[in-house]
Amino acid sequence: MTATATVTAAATTNGLLLEATDVSKTYGAVVALDHASLSVRPGEVHALMGANGAGKSTLVKILTGAVTPDSGRIVVRGRERMSHSPADARRNGLVSVYQEPAVILDLDIRDNLRLTSTPLEPFRHWLNELGLANLSLTRLARRLPLASLRIVDLARALAIEPDVLLLDEITAALPANLTELVLRVVQQQGNDRAVIFISHRLIEIAAICDRATVLRNGETVGVVDVTAGSEDKIVDLMLGEGAVALGQQVASVVAAAAQADRQPRVSAQALSDGRRLHDATFDLYPGEVLGVVALEGQGQDELFDLLSGAERPAAGTLSVDGKPVSFRHPADAIRKGMVFVAADRAEALLMQRSVRENISLPFSARLTQWGWINLGREGKKVDEAVATLQIDARAGSEVRRLSGGNQQKVTIARWVASGVKTMLCFDPTRGIDIRTKTQIYILLRDLAAAGAAILLYTSELKEIQLACDRVIVIFGGQVVAEMPAAGADEATLLRAAHNLKPGAALPEEVVAATSADKAAVEAAIQADVDGGSAAPVEQP
Amino acid sequence: MTAATDTVTPQAWWRPAVWRNLPRDYPVVPLVILLVLLVVVVQLTQPGTVNAGWAAVNIRQAVVLAILAGCQTLTMLTGGIDLSVAYVASMSGFVTATFVHQPGGWVLGITVALAAAALAGLVNGVGVGVFRVHPLIMTLGMGLIVYGFSNVWQLQNVQTGSGVPSELRTVGSSLAGDLIPYNLVVFVPIAIVLLVLLRRTGYGRMLYAVGDNPVAARLSGVRSWQVLVVLYVISALLAGIAGLLQSGLSNTASVTLVVPYLLPSVAAAVIGGTSILGGRGGYSGTIVGALILTVLTGYLSIILPEPWRQIVFGSIVVLVAAAYTRVTAEA
Amino acid sequence: MSAPAASIGRPRSRAADSLGSFGRDHAWTLGLLVFLAVLLLFTKFVNHNYDLKSLASTATAVLPLALAAVAQAVVVISGGIDLSVSAQMALTSCVAATLMKENPGDGTAVAIVIGVLLLGMLLGAINGGLVVVTRVPDIVVTLATSFVWAGFALLVRPAPGGSAAGWLKDLVVGPLIPGVDFVPKAAVLLVVIVAVIWIPLSRARLGLSLYAIGSNRLAAFRSGVPVNRTKLLSYIITGFIAAFAGLSLTASTGIGSPVPEPTYTLVSIGAVVLGGVSLAGGVGGVFGPLVAVVVLQLIRDDMTFMHVDSNYGLVAQGFILIGVLMAGSLIQMRRRRT
Repeated sequence: MTATATVTAAATTNGLLLEATDVSKTYGAVVALDHASLSVRPGEVHALMGANGAGKSTLVKILTGAVTPDSGRIVVRGRERMSHSPADARRNGLVSVYQEPAVILDLDIRDNLRLTSTPLEPFRHWLNELGLANLSLTRLARRLPLASLRIVDLARALAIEPDVLLLDEITAALPANLTELVLRVVQQQGNDRAVIFISHRLIEIAAICDRATVLRNGETVGVVDVTAGSEDKIVDLMLGEGAVALGQQVASVVAAAAQADRQPRVSAQALSDGRRLHDATFDLYPGEVLGVVALEGQGQDELFDLLSGAERPAAGTLSVDGKPVSFRHPADAIRKGMVFVAADRAEALLMQRSVRENISLPFSARLTQWGWINLGREGKKVDEAVATLQIDARAGSEVRRLSGGNQQKVTIARWVASGVKTMLCFDPTRGIDIRTKTQIYILLRDLAAAGAAILLYTSELKEIQLACDRVIVIFGGQVVAEMPAAGADEATLLRAAHNLKPGAALPEEVVAATSADKAAVEAAIQADVDGGSAAPVEQP
Repeated sequence: MTAATDTVTPQAWWRPAVWRNLPRDYPVVPLVILLVLLVVVVQLTQPGTVNAGWAAVNIRQAVVLAILAGCQTLTMLTGGIDLSVAYVASMSGFVTATFVHQPGGWVLGITVALAAAALAGLVNGVGVGVFRVHPLIMTLGMGLIVYGFSNVWQLQNVQTGSGVPSELRTVGSSLAGDLIPYNLVVFVPIAIVLLVLLRRTGYGRMLYAVGDNPVAARLSGVRSWQVLVVLYVISALLAGIAGLLQSGLSNTASVTLVVPYLLPSVAAAVIGGTSILGGRGGYSGTIVGALILTVLTGYLSIILPEPWRQIVFGSIVVLVAAAYTRVTAEA
Repeated sequence: MSAPAASIGRPRSRAADSLGSFGRDHAWTLGLLVFLAVLLLFTKFVNHNYDLKSLASTATAVLPLALAAVAQAVVVISGGIDLSVSAQMALTSCVAATLMKENPGDGTAVAIVIGVLLLGMLLGAINGGLVVVTRVPDIVVTLATSFVWAGFALLVRPAPGGSAAGWLKDLVVGPLIPGVDFVPKAAVLLVVIVAVIWIPLSRARLGLSLYAIGSNRLAAFRSGVPVNRTKLLSYIITGFIAAFAGLSLTASTGIGSPVPEPTYTLVSIGAVVLGGVSLAGGVGGVFGPLVAVVVLQLIRDDMTFMHVDSNYGLVAQGFILIGVLMAGSLIQMRRRRT
């Protein structure tokens, strides 16, 4: 590494490993970064925090050379090092890992390593550490499951031993057990190097980070030492003035669903896709939000594919309103009132089209609706949906120009405008800021209160208690547990997600995380949920 | 267009952003300006050229290109392309001509020709929509097939002979009062239908949706194959009509008559602001694009020898496409 | 530690795994070879005189198209497409034929050949440069430059003509060893060109980078691949091979013709896709397209042998192209479902 020669220089200046000062970047009229700064000490895990649109991703892009800033300095180990491409950043000792693995699917793992000049032995070492010791390097990347690719991507970055490792939302879509491993490995990084860690999950920040830099509206608004109780401060900084206690509003609309004598809206009996999902049996009632909890790859993706009509079941029966159904296409499911909200907004939106066209898309989907559009009626429905979801549609002529949270709202507004009977939400709050998250929960509760049936899978276990009435747990392609959400705290859910009987011991790493610093974790959950207030969440 | 969003924050016309976004939101405006500039250049360098007769001849010429470019516009909106249009169009004109001396005459000829075109389009649509063959390859293969069959048809009709029906010659080439091309009678309704189709019908929305994001369209309940099958049939029928007009215009029937229009038809749609990647564009820009290319080709043929004409033509296509990419690039 | 490993992927026997994945990864090319074998049997059936010598003449006949397909394959693997291949061939062929007529002599011919190859790289560099700088889709840029190259070809040679050096003609005509008819020089030349250019390239990091940018630009960029430079290089390589194709035209016809034969572009794209290269990029190689070129040529030959109107050859080519791809995607859809 070129930077090792300058270690002494770094020590003599200010002891910082990386220092970014006065970094500014504007896109047209939009100010993405406004004299932001970031300083990272050797040996620390440094959190970079901020709501969506605060400028985190722009700062990351600048650090890794994907974007050139309008002004500002970046100093690594005492030397000015502005990167102009990821390759350049790599030479400067900065390597990043993203939520989407930067692995070329059409090459095998060995060629992927050659492409990035990654040394083999250290890569093997980290692969072992991350629990993938048996991986064959001659396998085409395309044939590996996504979770493995994420691990490969991380191991590859670790093997290069960069001065600064940037981890951008890598845990956002990882199952809980892998997250534990990853976090532990991240914490192990040496004293001479540092990690910049970006995550929306305050619990993870609390667990592994030493300090946190908070961005808001493109400015650095604070640097916080992460200790027990500092999460409130972080959340306050992220939200700025006018933070509201939305959590309580969510809690107040949670109503008990008296379901015993009612017909289920959706009933799945031994549903199977023939591969991952073997026996999904559950009922979803009108007026309730049913949570789904699972570690990654337990068949929940496949379950949602079957329910939404994207794939056909191999076995089992699915009934809607008491009548058996067989979906060959999402259109069939939609006709039965089963609509799907995806985690990946790029999968759900027409990025070049307007908010209006995106919301009205299902109106014209069927052959019989291909005729004349009544613009007045369509506009009214769209406006109502925009208002209901409080979408900021100022840049609405092209959806790609909206913020991530607003984009996600558009994917939901599409179905709200058409009238919701059954909504299948697959991790709808992934990578979304707290405020938008809360708004989405409130909306789901409102929809349920109006009689809709909602199925909600989420990778964040603490969301279950907040938004759901009941919860089912999937493990190994089967529904292994069902419980009221009121009693489903994170430890209970984790235990169930690992298919452990109540009272049995948790695997070591799970315990380590859940009981690490109980006070801090609980505070973090509370802070995340309540948007800063300490109001307790009431369960009916 | 975006009433729903405009009501949230009305943008005043004097705001600079409105002007900056003009080329992106209304690509026709700069195109019309470009066309006017071109006409001015023609008039300045060749005084006396520009008059009503000149305009009529150019419009008559542009109509065929505009219809073929319409095929490309529609298919490009879905992220596709139709390379079979040139052969389908040539086939259509030629088949009609072979029926002139037959019982049934040109009416039967046109019926058979358009039915054959629709069949080719149907196969294209099934290949692209149902079997998911890449449109470039699918329509390329279809072009070969249509061309081959046209040749076979030609050999079998050598004895009976052929001729462009006088009715087609009239519609294709006559000018009413020496000023208004008759072929506008065919073109104006087509243009109106296409413009309305894209802007005000559910089917038009589906073309944009399938082109912008097929996964999103599917998840929203759109059966893409239905959209695509209908699309390629429409495209082939338009090509068939264009072939009829061109054979009338040139008073020839040949199985390669329209082939030289293939690449310009793609170029006209591109110049008109339709993205070849799908999801963005429209037909009004394409019409202006076809006019620009026609005037440009005519002008270049006066001032430059053939080789330079091609070089300048190609350069201008790159320049205009590059200008588009700049204004529509993600901020 | 064992729990996460189990949740990520089932450990399997490595040998079985690699054998299985070879079959899956190369299934298309293997299938195409089987198809070629069947086609050869059919050819023997319809024309009992068809022998190794006839096969050799088939190989000679397809040389320009085969080179065009290799040129196209490189750029398609990198996620681009080059509609100007036939125009590049016309221009390089015209330049070579014209210069060789004006400057006869074997020595100067060598210099001319080198110069023409450099010209091909320049044309490719302009194509690639425009794609990278303007960010206009590849298909539009190369469509436009196809007019430009064709225009220049007309400037160089308003009408077909010129000549080719004797050794250049000898290079592609006849058998390699006199008397051994089934080893045509053209096929050997093709193998040598492919072996010298493609095999080292695909093993080098540049080759990996070509696949990487074709497969996933963003991931390649984040992996530190210089995306724009690699894209530019892919077009330069394509231009270089297209220049070989142009030279092979001059060598086999002895002249340069300024009007591009559009089939070279279109059929090269067809052959590339038929040969297992995905138009989406990142998948395939040059071997499959070469087999595909022979397949397409054999189909036309068979039509001639069967005394069928040669126009049905076009129809058959079209049907094979579409039919094979439809069948391919049908198999893929089935496999996904089961």
